[in-house]
Amino acid sequence: GSMRERCGLRVLNLKMSGKDRLNVFPSRMALAQMKIRLKGAQKGHSLLKKKSDALTLRFRQILRKIIETKTLMGEVMKEAQFSLAEANFSAGDFSSTVIQNVDKAQVKLHTKKDNVAGVTLPVFQTYNDGADTYGLAGLSRGGQQISKCKEVFGKAVLLLVDLASFQTSFVTLDEVIKITNRRVNAIEHVIIPRIQRTMKYITTELDEREREEFYRLKKIQEKKKKLRKQEEMKKNVTEDNKPRNIFEEQDEDILFK
Amino acid sequence: MTMKGGKLLAVIGEEDTCTGFLLGGIGELNSKRQPNFFVVDKETTVSEVEETFKTFTSRPDIAVVLINQNVADMIRHLLDRYEQPIPSVLEIPSKDHPYDPTKDSILRRAKGMFNAEDFR
Repeated sequence: GSMRERCGLRVLNLKMSGKDRLNVFPSRMALAQMKIRLKGAQKGHSLLKKKSDALTLRFRQILRKIIETKTLMGEVMKEAQFSLAEANFSAGDFSSTVIQNVDKAQVKLHTKKDNVAGVTLPVFQTYNDGADTYGLAGLSRGGQQISKCKEVFGKAVLLLVDLASFQTSFVTLDEVIKITNRRVNAIEHVIIPRIQRTMKYITTELDEREREEFYRLKKIQEKKKKLRKQEEMKKNVTEDNKPRNIFEEQDEDILFK
Repeated sequence: MTMKGGKLLAVIGEEDTCTGFLLGGIGELNSKRQPNFFVVDKETTVSEVEETFKTFTSRPDIAVVLINQNVADMIRHLLDRYEQPIPSVLEIPSKDHPYDPTKDSILRRAKGMFNAEDFR
């Protein structure tokens, strides 16, 4: 990496992989702020992790339901196809009649909202709307088989609507879980380490400053001491370096100045 | 204004499948006389199926699209990329083609989370 001196701030700049720290002036207040931020990030991380866990649990449950229901659906459809074949046998080919008489659907869907760990999932529900368009179909020939056919396909529709709900939830959850996990990883591997590096930087700087202060103080003290010593020495020694004799010195006359 | 209710099921399938579900009561022509079902036969082209799939999945009044698995195979590329939660696309067996879970686009997305034994 390269070190750059910039406006008195030392900024360590390494490439890409985010081995960086936040750009703050190293002070005790900044350190306190970083502490708070770290706490926040850690709390956010654990909350998101909990959300991801809850969603993943629900996700697996739904997947199991889908597999269960799809297997069942295979069976029901077989039954339905069979009853259709029977009806065709009795009533002849009535498919064109059915297709040409389509008008309004009798079976419609409501969308309800379900909520899991803050994620809204749609739930489909069938309801009957209006009369049976084919109420009079096949009364002459094979009416019974056609009714049976209607019934079986009706059953299939209910099952398929449940399946559709599961599948929609599945797809939605898949997406949300991916996003949540990405965020969890981002906090864990980028944001928190970055804050920790910043805190380390600040503490190192503060320590360094303290040492410098201490050193400077010491130096000043030493200098002062030296000066004082020199002063002391000067007072105790005369010009020809003989010890001082107060009787030989002329004191200032206090009374008769 | 989107209604919470009043959504339809759509079918893209062989004649038998369509007939059956229409009998079941899901068929409707909307105000523009557009149907919510599409009969696929030997003459039907891949692009026709693609168009129908795109149309059905963009209609706001359709919540579920049923499609025979063998027809789904014709537009497998579209299904594998399909990411909308609604409408839900369900692959169903047809008269001559039983349901094969390994081909289902939705289940393939969850590959690795379960194995074939779960279907036995």
